[in-house]
Amino acid sequence: MAERASATSVLNNPQFRAILYQLIMASLLIYLGWSIVENTIANMEERGIRAGFGFLQETAGFSITMSLVPYEPGDTYGRVFVVGLLNTLLVAGVGVVLATLVGFLVGVMRLSQNWVVSHLANIYVEIFRNIPLLLQILFWYTAVLKPLPGPRQVFERNTEIYFGISNRGITGPEFILLDAFSFTTWTALLGILFTIGIHRWAKRRQATTGEQFPVFFAGLGLIIGLPILVFLLSGAPVEFIPAKMGRFNLAGGITIIPEFLAILLSLVLYTASFIAEIVRAGIQAVNYGQTEASRALGLRHGITLRLVVIPQAMRIIIPPLTSQYLNLTKNSSLAAAIAYPDLISTFAGTALNQNGQALETLAITMTVYLSLSLLTSAFMNWFNSRVALVER
Amino acid sequence: MKKLFLSCLSVALMGGIAMAGGHEKGTLAAVKSKGHIQCGVSQGLPGFSNPDDQGNWSGLDVDFCRAMSAAVFGDADKVKYTPLSAKARFEALRSGEIDVLARNTTWTMTRDATLGLEFVGVNYYDGQGFMVRKDLGVNSAMELDGASACTNTGTTTELNLTDFFRANGMQFELVAFEKADEVVAAYDAGRCDVYTTDRSGLAAQRTKLSNPGDHKVLPEIISKEPLGPVVRQDDAQWADLARWTLNAMINAEEMGINSGNVDSKRNDSNPAVKRLMGTEGNLHEAVGVNNDWAYNIVKQVGNYGEVYERHVGANTPLQLGRGGTVNDLWTNGGLIYAPPLR
Repeated sequence: MAERASATSVLNNPQFRAILYQLIMASLLIYLGWSIVENTIANMEERGIRAGFGFLQETAGFSITMSLVPYEPGDTYGRVFVVGLLNTLLVAGVGVVLATLVGFLVGVMRLSQNWVVSHLANIYVEIFRNIPLLLQILFWYTAVLKPLPGPRQVFERNTEIYFGISNRGITGPEFILLDAFSFTTWTALLGILFTIGIHRWAKRRQATTGEQFPVFFAGLGLIIGLPILVFLLSGAPVEFIPAKMGRFNLAGGITIIPEFLAILLSLVLYTASFIAEIVRAGIQAVNYGQTEASRALGLRHGITLRLVVIPQAMRIIIPPLTSQYLNLTKNSSLAAAIAYPDLISTFAGTALNQNGQALETLAITMTVYLSLSLLTSAFMNWFNSRVALVER
Repeated sequence: MKKLFLSCLSVALMGGIAMAGGHEKGTLAAVKSKGHIQCGVSQGLPGFSNPDDQGNWSGLDVDFCRAMSAAVFGDADKVKYTPLSAKARFEALRSGEIDVLARNTTWTMTRDATLGLEFVGVNYYDGQGFMVRKDLGVNSAMELDGASACTNTGTTTELNLTDFFRANGMQFELVAFEKADEVVAAYDAGRCDVYTTDRSGLAAQRTKLSNPGDHKVLPEIISKEPLGPVVRQDDAQWADLARWTLNAMINAEEMGINSGNVDSKRNDSNPAVKRLMGTEGNLHEAVGVNNDWAYNIVKQVGNYGEVYERHVGANTPLQLGRGGTVNDLWTNGGLIYAPPLR
């Protein structure tokens, strides 16, 4: 009896051991984390470095070339953060959309039967995948700037300019939407709702009777054509304020700076080359039997691709596509090389150097990028689960 | 598998505890055991710190680091240089990556009081200015309403520029790049009308433009930019050594001692000269160096005036003549004045 009791002592119990090891591991990790934080705080105090987030209320004192919200040099560092964040989101958002379009196009071109088309796509992919992104950004910045003339060569002094291109950017008039514009917005919103409704109705009709309905063109008319009609009928309720050419630059108006165009162009072309390969891989992964069967049923090549192959390819395409979107968002931080005022360049660059609080600033910036990435991947995962095919 | 994980974790833990040991306080002791001084410099500013095509650094700031090396080791060449951007320079110094920062850095209250750094003196009194193309027909900075200005990000330049334009009710577009080379390239390409930085920087970067003769520097000086070396705040002895290295160079020029006559002056009877040469007194002990520290500085690097004329003087491409400016000795009406070596 005595041996039985010692054989089942607590230490020999596997469950107890498991819990014990996990407790030890957890406390070691907590101790490590706590000692790092404490060490940092002690060292910072010893060297007289300020800590805390109070700096976000202080005046920034520098101006920013492009901001989507009103910004004055007298605003706070917190405002600088918002401006930088919006600029990053703008580049990331527009970049993702354009890169997907270009990437899909090139990917499908790569698989074309036409020798010229597929080889052109191949050359594009090989060139843009293999050159480092920073070099591409600098190249496109020079390529965008060099051929454009200076503003003084293009515009006459003291004239009003409604639309102009110079090496300071693309300038359009500032526009103020009058009250009557609300009709147009409501029409557009209703158009979107109607199109969704028509799409559903058309799908049901096709399932029962087999007749197709041109949803795309109907939608185009409803979302674009109808609001334009309403806009014109309500008397074009927009006021344009043109830019005026001063001694050096255009004053007023809305300008898209060449830095934005350069970074957008380089990010889109770079990421699209990767997306093209992902799309090609996804399409080629679909069993060729699917294509053969659909051709045997009499469906054209385009319809086959759109309705049979790509929906099945999406399962394979979406996860790597998510990675490319995240890469694009993070690569936008290279904009600091060409003076595009994104989050890194303004907040974790100029503002950081002025107030010297590296830890807090970089912690905020890293959290922002982490959140953006997590949100993007969460959305893509949800999208993936929605389009996932349930096979027999 | 579990053993591997446990051993990795314990190694990481020990690494963390080692890091928690705190930064080594004696910078001088660390430098002596390393055998060289790690000097933070710019990424290429002619006249102040610029590498030649063999990779050898030279300039006003470089010579300061060489002077410190002569003081500590008796050999001016025991220095290694770390090129730093304006953004990275303070972090590199605070983290201990470099021992001293000689990178044409402006002495301001924010930098001195809030960053944990100590400015040890001024080796060049500068001010911010503007450079424009001659064919713009602009003669004064007050005519620059609505212009685009290119500058380096993360510097006092940006703040001063914004202050100047705001104070005078003028509009401008600020285009801020990370590296000085990119700023110069954008200005040269016509992306902006004005290039603004310290006037010494304007003179230096003008040499890099495709047609230096097409550009001119406007007369306005819109800020005070006292440029000087920086060390960490937590080591008073190292800061004193840096401060008195600069002061020794200035005092040597004041006493008329240069690298040519320093050997003959070694036996001079003037007590002030004797204290500088180290033959009398024991000033060197407090800063932890040998008694011939100042002699080595003057012999191997030169006095302040020699260093100035060698790199940024009237006979250099920068052509920043000293006569009548604030960078002349106080005895000639300038601001270069050092406390006495006693």
